[in-house]
Amino acid sequence: MSRFILGQELPSHTFHINRALLVAYANASGDQNPIHQDEAFAKSVGLPDVIAHGMLTMALAGKYVADQAGGSTSVKEFSVRFTKPVVVPANTDVELIISGKVSEITEAGDAKIDITAVCAETKVLGMAKAIVANA
Amino acid sequence: MLNPDLVGRTFPGATSTAVSQESISAFAAVIGESEISVATPTYAITITLDQSQKLLQESGLDWTRVVHGEQRFEIKRPIVAGDTLRCDSTIESARVMAGNEIVTVRGDLFNGTELVVSTWSTLVVRA
Repeated sequence: MSRFILGQELPSHTFHINRALLVAYANASGDQNPIHQDEAFAKSVGLPDVIAHGMLTMALAGKYVADQAGGSTSVKEFSVRFTKPVVVPANTDVELIISGKVSEITEAGDAKIDITAVCAETKVLGMAKAIVANA
Repeated sequence: MLNPDLVGRTFPGATSTAVSQESISAFAAVIGESEISVATPTYAITITLDQSQKLLQESGLDWTRVVHGEQRFEIKRPIVAGDTLRCDSTIESARVMAGNEIVTVRGDLFNGTELVVSTWSTLVVRA
């Protein structure tokens, strides 16, 4: 029994990103770049405010894909372009809405999922796709 | 500016990283993943980007102006606690577009002789 069929629209999921999550991701990943934590520093280098780590957005999209595919073990390939920053003002939960669509069943029988990631009505990832086991 | 002679070269990782359950669990907790018997799909970045940064800084790249442009993972099997991962880094390409330097570096994570995960990071050095 296959999990995915060609053209299938996958249900969206909303993640919440705030400053505390950025600190948690910095500590778990080792990426302590101050543009993700220090508002004054971020503005000093021309950013509108603190921005999320691109890799945090990708990690959340990866969690979405893993959930859809039956777990992390099913994810074989995963790629994104970071097209727009996710701006995270103080004392705010920013919504990141992830959705997906099955765009191909590969010759090997895996499913290719095109991923959409939207924050403040703007797509923040481009060319985001994953190859997952279709079982 | 990256030394163009380095494009295509592979730099074997000098050290290995022992993956702990604590590290896998901490990364999973941030994104709300409760299944921690394997690492989540992007966990490998915690090892490869650090290795790439060291290599590229030593190769002349101005890390203070780096923006992450693209990221890709090929996962042969999930990383698990107990893996001891060496990262071999290859500078796959370096070009200049509209004044911005664009460098793609591949990181191959080996547990012994077994390739576990390959990552490609495309980094943009803002002009």
